[in-house]
Amino acid sequence: MNRINQKLQEDKKLLSIYFTAGYPALNDTVKIIQDLEKNGVDMIEIGLPFSDPLADGPTIQASSTQALTNGMTTAILFEQLKDIRKSVRIPLIIMGYFNPVFQYGVEAFCKKCQEIGIDGLILPDLPLDVYQDQYQDIFKKYGLANIFLITPQTSDERILKIDAASDGFIYMVSSASVTGSQDGFGNTQERYFQRIADMQLKNPQIIGFGISDAETFQQATKTSQGAIIGSAFVKHLTNQGVEKIPDFIEGILTVKQ
Amino acid sequence: MNYNVDEKGYYGEFGGAFIPEMLYPNVENLRQQYLKVMADPTFIAEFDQLLKDYVGRPSPLYFAKRLSEKYNTKIYLKREDLNHTGAHKVNNTIGQILMAKRLGKTRIIAETGAGQHGVATATVCALMGMACIVYMGEIDIARQAPNVARMKMLGAEVRPALSGSRTLKDATNEAIRDWINNPVDTHYIIGSAIGPHPYPDMVTRFQSIISEEIKWQLKEKEGKENPHYVVACIGGGSNAAGTFYHFLHEKEVGIIAVEAAGKGVDTGESAATSVLGKEGIIHGCKTLLMQTQDGQITEPYSISAGLDYPGVGPMHAHLYKTGRAEFIAVTDDQAMQAGMQLSKLEGIIPAIESSHAFAVLETKNFKPDDVVVINLSGRGDKDLGTYIDYFKL
Repeated sequence: MNRINQKLQEDKKLLSIYFTAGYPALNDTVKIIQDLEKNGVDMIEIGLPFSDPLADGPTIQASSTQALTNGMTTAILFEQLKDIRKSVRIPLIIMGYFNPVFQYGVEAFCKKCQEIGIDGLILPDLPLDVYQDQYQDIFKKYGLANIFLITPQTSDERILKIDAASDGFIYMVSSASVTGSQDGFGNTQERYFQRIADMQLKNPQIIGFGISDAETFQQATKTSQGAIIGSAFVKHLTNQGVEKIPDFIEGILTVKQ
Repeated sequence: MNYNVDEKGYYGEFGGAFIPEMLYPNVENLRQQYLKVMADPTFIAEFDQLLKDYVGRPSPLYFAKRLSEKYNTKIYLKREDLNHTGAHKVNNTIGQILMAKRLGKTRIIAETGAGQHGVATATVCALMGMACIVYMGEIDIARQAPNVARMKMLGAEVRPALSGSRTLKDATNEAIRDWINNPVDTHYIIGSAIGPHPYPDMVTRFQSIISEEIKWQLKEKEGKENPHYVVACIGGGSNAAGTFYHFLHEKEVGIIAVEAAGKGVDTGESAATSVLGKEGIIHGCKTLLMQTQDGQITEPYSISAGLDYPGVGPMHAHLYKTGRAEFIAVTDDQAMQAGMQLSKLEGIIPAIESSHAFAVLETKNFKPDDVVVINLSGRGDKDLGTYIDYFKL
């Protein structure tokens, strides 16, 4: 059982943080991961920057562009992460777009992830059918969970299909949006959260997109097992710098328990 | 060998729908509906009537006598430049706006580079009374002011793409993000034979009117439907797809796709995807695209904004890979000279995109009896500024 599944068995609402690797500075990656764990974050999505991030709003786009300008590449990220498991125990997931993984070679990429101790991948533009036809066996061979997204528009039939193909958890996109474009959740979202909770899926759900503070974190985790914060954290790094990571996490977790 | 799309949305190894889940319901709905809608007699009647009375089809197939004499071969021009709005783009936007209406959509989004597809989209939205938002790179907005004004006159809102390189690639990203944010009421009119399945096939089918007409027009003029060659310029590849479509499985017809080499294939300022690209994923499909070794998509360059795209449609990637089409790269200079020559010899000022197709006459030797059909995809009015700068007119 990999670290994601283990973590999900804990009796708590999980806080997961996304950041873009290589941002604000190229070599901030390891420090950010260590500080997040130290301050009580349960799981981390490490963003592999891409030139054309279709599902991301302006904040994460800008951080990706900056990371690439800083010189971030897939090979450099793997090099930065090579000793990460000497200091970090929480689940680590790489989140990115399919083309850089495809160019690295899907099998070579997965193999490298296993060597480093990466637990899963989130590749929003790798569709379910292509994954099942071509890559599922490779992911399994290297012990990687593939995390799929669902949205308020995803039909029940397709959710069940995704649930069957998933490992780890299902990434519930809170509303029809790119990343970082919400403030607060309304009744529509709460009904959607409840609808999914009522489906009693095999995999736990973690909600992402639009979670930015303690309040939205609380709302999102009422019906789900955890929530992911991305844009708000990246914005915090932009404005406050890497030294102020504890303040951000504290702000989310203080009201949490 | 099959050159059409298969039931899974692939042309050989290229194509597919590599989209985030947020787009799945829209793209899947379109996939399930598009062939049914296009086969519906009321759809066909409305499409045909608009192409005839509004666009002005059929566009003429013109025997270019002086150009033929110069190159000692028989050259016909397919006059897409005479369409309403000045290019082939409108064939597709008419088809897609009718599709959008039948899918119950009320809001239209589009991307545009030079502004031709944006104008063609704004035009059909005005015609149908639909809300229209066109994404255009901030840099392109600055250098294509007349087309921006046209879109505004036609009632469209032009939104600048401020991310990345602020050109066509980024305008496409922004349009896709808009669609993610507006999944229920919005249809995305993609302007080229790119994007997730079924877009490449749908756009190709709407543009295939070009080769359908060439066939019967050539029969009238030459007594046979098939030329020896069809030639078209290619960026994303919508005019090329339409020009080639009905000849793909006619073995005797040579297919020539002309790419923009920019300042030269080896200069780092080029858009010759067949030479410089490799297999990857861009804007929802697997195809050939220009990218770094690390899989980051790179910026293309061409003097022609309409060919300035880092990929080609998946159908074309397949035609290249299988050798069915010959790909020729033409530099800015060669294209500009060919455009000037067509103006002088035939009294037709072509769009710089189309000028690329004519530059092939200099490098490829056709036989005296060969019948060569070149798609004149657009007129040069929009490019006057570039012609003036280049030739110091």
